[in-house]
Amino acid sequence: MPADFNWAIGGEAGDGIDSTGKIFAQALSRAGRHVFTSKDFASRIRGGYTAYKVRTAVDPVQSVVDRLDVLIALTPRTIEENLDELHEGSVIIYDGDRTTMENVEIPEGMVGLDVPLKRLAEEAGGAIMRNVVALGAACEVSDFPIENLDSALEKRFGSKGQALVDNNKEAARKGRDYVAEEYDHEFDYELETTDADYVLLNGDEAIGMGAIAAGCKFYAGYPITPATDVMEYLTGRIEQFGGHVVQAEDELSAINIALGAARAGARSMTATSGPGIDLMAETFGLVATSETPLVIVDVMRSGPSTGMPTKQEQGDLNMMLYGGHGEIPRFVLGPTSISECFWKTVEAFNLAEKYQTPVYIAADLAMAVTEQTFPPEAFDMDEVEIERGKVVDEETIDEWQNEKGQFQPHAITDDGVSPRAFPGTAEGAHMSTGLEHDELGRRTEDTEMRVEQVDKRNRKVETAREEEDWTPREFGNPDSENLVISWGSNEGAMTEAIDFLEEEDVDVRFLSVPYLFPRPDLTDEVESAENVVVVECNATGQFADIVEHDTLSRVDRVNKYDGVRFKADELAAEIKAALQEADQ
Amino acid sequence: MSSDVRFTDFKSDKQPTWCPGCGDFGTMNGMMKALANTGNDPDNTFVVAGIGCSGKIGTYMHSYALHGVHGRALPVGTGVKLANPDLEVMVAGGDGDGYSIGAGHFVHAVRRNVDMTYVVMDNRIYGLTKGQASPTSREDFETSTTPEGPQQPPVNPLALALAAGATFIAQSFSTDAQRHAEIVQEAIEHDGFGFVNVFSPCVTFNDVDTYDYFRDSLVDVAEEGHDRTDYDAAKEKILEADKEYQGVIWQDESSVPYDQKHGLDENMSEIDDGAPEGAMDLVREFY
Repeated sequence: MPADFNWAIGGEAGDGIDSTGKIFAQALSRAGRHVFTSKDFASRIRGGYTAYKVRTAVDPVQSVVDRLDVLIALTPRTIEENLDELHEGSVIIYDGDRTTMENVEIPEGMVGLDVPLKRLAEEAGGAIMRNVVALGAACEVSDFPIENLDSALEKRFGSKGQALVDNNKEAARKGRDYVAEEYDHEFDYELETTDADYVLLNGDEAIGMGAIAAGCKFYAGYPITPATDVMEYLTGRIEQFGGHVVQAEDELSAINIALGAARAGARSMTATSGPGIDLMAETFGLVATSETPLVIVDVMRSGPSTGMPTKQEQGDLNMMLYGGHGEIPRFVLGPTSISECFWKTVEAFNLAEKYQTPVYIAADLAMAVTEQTFPPEAFDMDEVEIERGKVVDEETIDEWQNEKGQFQPHAITDDGVSPRAFPGTAEGAHMSTGLEHDELGRRTEDTEMRVEQVDKRNRKVETAREEEDWTPREFGNPDSENLVISWGSNEGAMTEAIDFLEEEDVDVRFLSVPYLFPRPDLTDEVESAENVVVVECNATGQFADIVEHDTLSRVDRVNKYDGVRFKADELAAEIKAALQEADQ
Repeated sequence: MSSDVRFTDFKSDKQPTWCPGCGDFGTMNGMMKALANTGNDPDNTFVVAGIGCSGKIGTYMHSYALHGVHGRALPVGTGVKLANPDLEVMVAGGDGDGYSIGAGHFVHAVRRNVDMTYVVMDNRIYGLTKGQASPTSREDFETSTTPEGPQQPPVNPLALALAAGATFIAQSFSTDAQRHAEIVQEAIEHDGFGFVNVFSPCVTFNDVDTYDYFRDSLVDVAEEGHDRTDYDAAKEKILEADKEYQGVIWQDESSVPYDQKHGLDENMSEIDDGAPEGAMDLVREFY
């Protein structure tokens, strides 16, 4: 049997697909198995196909693959949508009593299990539990002890009373027993459990948790898929740490409210997706030129305009690097995994305050709505360091006053970083503005001061280049002549693709770049490789363009822009094809 | 906060470039007097300014300040106040800033009711761009971009505020220095969003809504025995199309500001040296 097991539940939006899938994922995680989830969903509350997929193994999993072993299908379309991934021996659990499923055809070679989900659920206390009956059936098929499911059901329903928990446990057992009694079939799967303790979370949650860990006390945002989870995570939690969440009237307001909090000295953040980034671009220049530390998260989805709101894309890179009129330095960090969503958020707050600049976090849908297991040590709070930069207080403020005793928030310095006085600091009263300004923060059109301020702001980047570590993450064979470069969530699929490629005697060196600006100089790596392939989820190769520009060379490109993330096996095939083409 | 703060302490050493006679001089002086009278000092005061002639106020006053993006001054003030409720936050802008490009934020700032003060210098014209119609310009007011007048009714900012659930609505006249300062002071003292629309005439581009016009037409509600806590009376005054009132027209004495409702009373600039205590519980939640 294969080392990994791929499971899904699919139906219509409103069928409780998400929460059922989450319960199964949680049960696996609590049983000491690694889990990687993905969602197919549409931007509507009811109707339309939606699915929750779980890949699980004893070893870490960090990608989806093109294979489905067990499918709970609540609608015929669920089967149609997954035909490519289903294979000989795949098990399809369905309720033949449901009108739409009455005459459903199970593709040849697959095992159809007709389980009266609704009837069994009613026997256990209510039709609403039919998905849990299906989970019980899935436990039997995959030889997964049902007690693991119990613990997830307790977590999900515990706050609603023991009776409900017991009913759900009963429903699950009815599903299990029905399959055991009615189907005399040897299933290929056995989900081994271990003693390991894992946590299960998605990228949006990791960003929110990273923000709280970093001392962020203020969040302002406007709901937008797929960034809303950040706001929902923080709501109710950040307050426990002395913080607050504001739901603004739009993204124009959200970034300005967040900016105000940052001017008051709070570590402050907003999160949005492409359409919101467009609106925030208006205020971005003000944040940067007033040298205000602010963390702005862009959870990218398919664009342009409303695009495909629930689909993957990495199309906003140029927007983050160059968006806004005029010229102004900004930092752009791109977490490459769900755990890195946490750490890059912590880092973003430190960079924002040390260099008094807005910092974009370029996340993407594929990591934001995906859950993955990690050992809790992956989020060791003792490792979190806080660096606040050049903050002055009553004692030190006189070092930064001019001869008239006025504080200079935009003082010209060697490293480009000026002092920062939080409002309320005695003798620190000062202004800043989106107009070009002098050292006091007051409007100027003086040609010399203009040049000095522009140079000062750009010097911050030079200082950061020297002082900070911009090293990319490296995988594969360091001596390989084949170099693969990517950014964002492709890292998971690519690290697994390395294994697939090895099986076919193709070796690669893989650099996963989490720093998009400032970024590592990859000239040596690119020059020393025979073939270079840049992998990304967009049509034009925005990062590939940058690599070519930075290294003055040409690269090959693997792009995906159909709205679906790379799968490990698919990516391996694409890389192999690109390398073969390059060799010809 | 010291008791010997004088209003001139809020004056910066930068000379205003407003046209001689501009209403904004008087508006600003009244704001400074009101701040001093309420026991504030420049180091605990944060002024947020919009864009336009009025937006220059951040430069001419001495305090913590941010001169931001056109129309977005209220959101900035909201963030400042919530992150540090100890600060006295005063937002200032013009009629274009507040009722045109920033109209959406105005409505939501009013209903959010954060404990801050919003002073709109309403001159019923776009001055900095040299004389185009503003959202409060009269229907037949001829300008370079509206040769036959805007042909649409002016925004009634007080009515807009009332409809959005305002807890304090006032109007003043920049040249009536004493009353203007008193009214702004009351807005500062109000528990919640204190909104003052100030008639602040533009002597260069508006020859209709002039000092003489306001002097002749302005009626002080205080002299009419108006009860500011009577909602229906306030509504009636606000909807009287052909009258110009000054004074505090509406005050909801039961107002509880947003910051208070949410229990915000700490300065959020203070944080721990590492992850906050109890942060590991956040990780455990994901078991």
